[in-house]
Amino acid sequence: MSQRQVLQVFEQYQKARTQFVQTIAEFATRPQNIETLQNAGVMSLLRPLLLDVVPTIQQTAALALGRLANYNDDLAEAVVKGDILPQLVYSLAEQNRFYKKAAAFVLRAVAKHSPELAQAVVDCGALDALVVSLEEFDPGVKEAAAWALGYIARHNAQLSQAVVDAGAVPLLVLCIQEPEIALKRIAASSLSDIAKHSLELAQTVVDTGAIAHLAQMTLNPDAKLKRHVLSALSQMAKHSVDLAEMVVEAEIFPAVLACLKDPDEYVRKNVTTLMREITKHTPELSQMIVNAGGVAAVIDYLGDSRGNVRLPGIMMLGYVAAHSENLAMAVIVSKGVPQLAICLVEEPEDHIKAATAWAFGQIGRHTPEHARAVAAANVLPKLLGLYLDTQCSEDLQVKAKKALKNILQKCTHLPGLEPLLYEAPSNILKHVICQFSKVLPHDSKARRLFVTSGGLKKVQEIKAEPGSALQEYINAINNCYPEEIVRYYSPGYSEALLERVENYQPA
Amino acid sequence: MDTCKHAAMARLVKLNTRVDHIKEQFFIRNRIAEENRQRENAAAIQIQRWFRGCQVRAYLSHLHRKATVIQKTWRGFTARKHFRQRVKTAYFLMKMNFYNEMAVKIQQRWRGYYIRKYVHNYYARKMYLEALAKKNEQIRSELEELAEHQRRERARAAMEKEEQEKSAQAQRLHFLLSTKQCPGVFNSPFRPEPDEMELRLRRVKPLRVRSPPKQARPSNQQPSAALLSPEKLPPIHKTPQGPFRPAVEVWWQRQRPLEPSLRTATSITALEEAREELRRHEWRTRLIDQPFLPFTNAQQNRRYEALLHTASPYQQSEYGTKHFREEERGKLQGKKPFKTVFTTCHVFDKFGRLYSSAGKIV
Repeated sequence: MSQRQVLQVFEQYQKARTQFVQTIAEFATRPQNIETLQNAGVMSLLRPLLLDVVPTIQQTAALALGRLANYNDDLAEAVVKGDILPQLVYSLAEQNRFYKKAAAFVLRAVAKHSPELAQAVVDCGALDALVVSLEEFDPGVKEAAAWALGYIARHNAQLSQAVVDAGAVPLLVLCIQEPEIALKRIAASSLSDIAKHSLELAQTVVDTGAIAHLAQMTLNPDAKLKRHVLSALSQMAKHSVDLAEMVVEAEIFPAVLACLKDPDEYVRKNVTTLMREITKHTPELSQMIVNAGGVAAVIDYLGDSRGNVRLPGIMMLGYVAAHSENLAMAVIVSKGVPQLAICLVEEPEDHIKAATAWAFGQIGRHTPEHARAVAAANVLPKLLGLYLDTQCSEDLQVKAKKALKNILQKCTHLPGLEPLLYEAPSNILKHVICQFSKVLPHDSKARRLFVTSGGLKKVQEIKAEPGSALQEYINAINNCYPEEIVRYYSPGYSEALLERVENYQPA
Repeated sequence: MDTCKHAAMARLVKLNTRVDHIKEQFFIRNRIAEENRQRENAAAIQIQRWFRGCQVRAYLSHLHRKATVIQKTWRGFTARKHFRQRVKTAYFLMKMNFYNEMAVKIQQRWRGYYIRKYVHNYYARKMYLEALAKKNEQIRSELEELAEHQRRERARAAMEKEEQEKSAQAQRLHFLLSTKQCPGVFNSPFRPEPDEMELRLRRVKPLRVRSPPKQARPSNQQPSAALLSPEKLPPIHKTPQGPFRPAVEVWWQRQRPLEPSLRTATSITALEEAREELRRHEWRTRLIDQPFLPFTNAQQNRRYEALLHTASPYQQSEYGTKHFREEERGKLQGKKPFKTVFTTCHVFDKFGRLYSSAGKIV
């Protein structure tokens, strides 16, 4: 046997391995192949190839593994159980940048599925290796490492804390400052994932000076980067007043409103979320946003968008209105009520309706003027309809009821209250009648209208238990009218009259 | 004394003489007196009554006068006192009212200030809401403007791109331009007016097909006569006729560097190199150069001593032991040994696979 013949065997073997790994990697991109691959025992075959002598084969094997693990959590678990992670982590520190990228991809794919898998990734010491890769020169490696860290951190506070403890945050902040857009995006998203869990984590991120860098990028033309940056800012601002103030102090405010007109839907949503997280803390912060014209912009945004992305906007209006009557008035002046009424009608989903009902409750609960603005938009019958609709979720019903109660207790706008007289159940009717009994004694025009519109008749038809609050209110209304009017409208009056005719003896 | 006694005796005697008369007189007079006594008594009473009445009246009137004086004085005194008191009270009241009025003024100023500052300022609120509405309008219009601007910018970019593509297409298809003799595809004689593309073709200049950049020829070739001649003949056609791709593109394609796949990028000799490296490493790190020889069967350790007639002091010929082929070593000098490099030609990768014989995509 010549040397060439011997070597040819090796060559063939190497060629076959390469081809195998490449084909598997190719197949793993299509979801329909995954099950077949899994049944064929691809995991146990790929594992030794990770230790192959040829770097290309190693990389491609890692790539294939990553794609498989990316597909579902069973496969990711198989990767964990196959003890592949320690090899990857070990080689993450040793190998070249292509391999690092592929290894980080596998780690990300595994960590993405569940907290347990992410914990497994952490347990095999991946964090340190990933953090070291963040210091790599190659932006691709940094990106892959930042991505993996973000996926690990997004599950819960513990994992996030582990990422922070590994010292990833300052490096991620450095990554934000890199010129590559993709790296910036991923780093911002990772920071967002870290900051979202708790106040301490957010504080850690803020302490590294991330806000200033993030704030600079809010006007970047790249839509995806803006998404992540705004999401990171909102995750930081949501925990405490101090952090929210720090975000505001970065002077993002009138400028960031321009993002509300961005063509990208998620950019708009994240801006609104950011504003919601800031406004929910204190009246002063809300006032700041209101003064910057944020409320009007958000109301316009509600008009422009459909579906779930409206939710933060609706909640933001609710939070602003909840703080003080002045701010609620600002929402009304900015024409927020008609827009919210449109949302209440248009949106099919219960949770959005619930948020809208809550926002209405917050707007209308301050003074009669506020309640009048809400009632004039013809919202009360809709809220009542939601409360009475048995197909609505329980949460929505509770919210609608609370909102109705809040508004009704302040409402003196009788034309708005009138429809409720005919439809409301007794627990709502109580508040409606109460408002009538407060207003009617002082307003002669309203008394007249109340009779002509048939309200008085309806009131006479209500069966209230004697001694109850409802009966008292009814009595108070009856006292505003001459007795014969009251009797005229009482049910059964015609029979009583006829009876009198029968009993009458002509002299 | 005696005279007196004599006078008295005389008078007594005289009197004794006149006793009867006296007696008579006494009775007469007594009677008269008795007769007048009633009347006189009544008269006396009358007089006394009058007198006494006058006296008492005078006294009473005197008393009345004195009482009036007293009363007048007292009343004047008390009235003055009372009046002074009332004046005092009135003055006090006036002052109090004044003070109250002033206090109310101060209080209303202060309350107004305080409420406006700390509790609620109606006008400030009204003004604020108006300003807010104005600001909202402004923000809305600004955002609208911005959105409009962005939209226009995007539309413009898209239109520009489309225009560019169309003109590039037109440049490529310039040969389809209709001539005087025969109309092109875009200029159907059955239509009233030519297609838009035709107009575009007329506007656009065809691509100038430049000759590929000259490359320095390898020096071992003979310089051709054409290159040596200073002036070349003018080309027959300025641009080649027909649906040719631009020359630059063709040239670029020809000169495209090898883009090996990941598989082929790996050195085929990686294994050999690694093995060589391993061997060298072993050699470098070896502490004892002499190999360990077992000593139980010492004769086995002896090296094989070749026969005289098969071994030569110069060089053993490998012919017959290692190879049987005649090799001309001298000719092969400097030639690299053949290595199988598995580069694939991308063009032919898909040959026969993309299209079936029927021309359908497989």
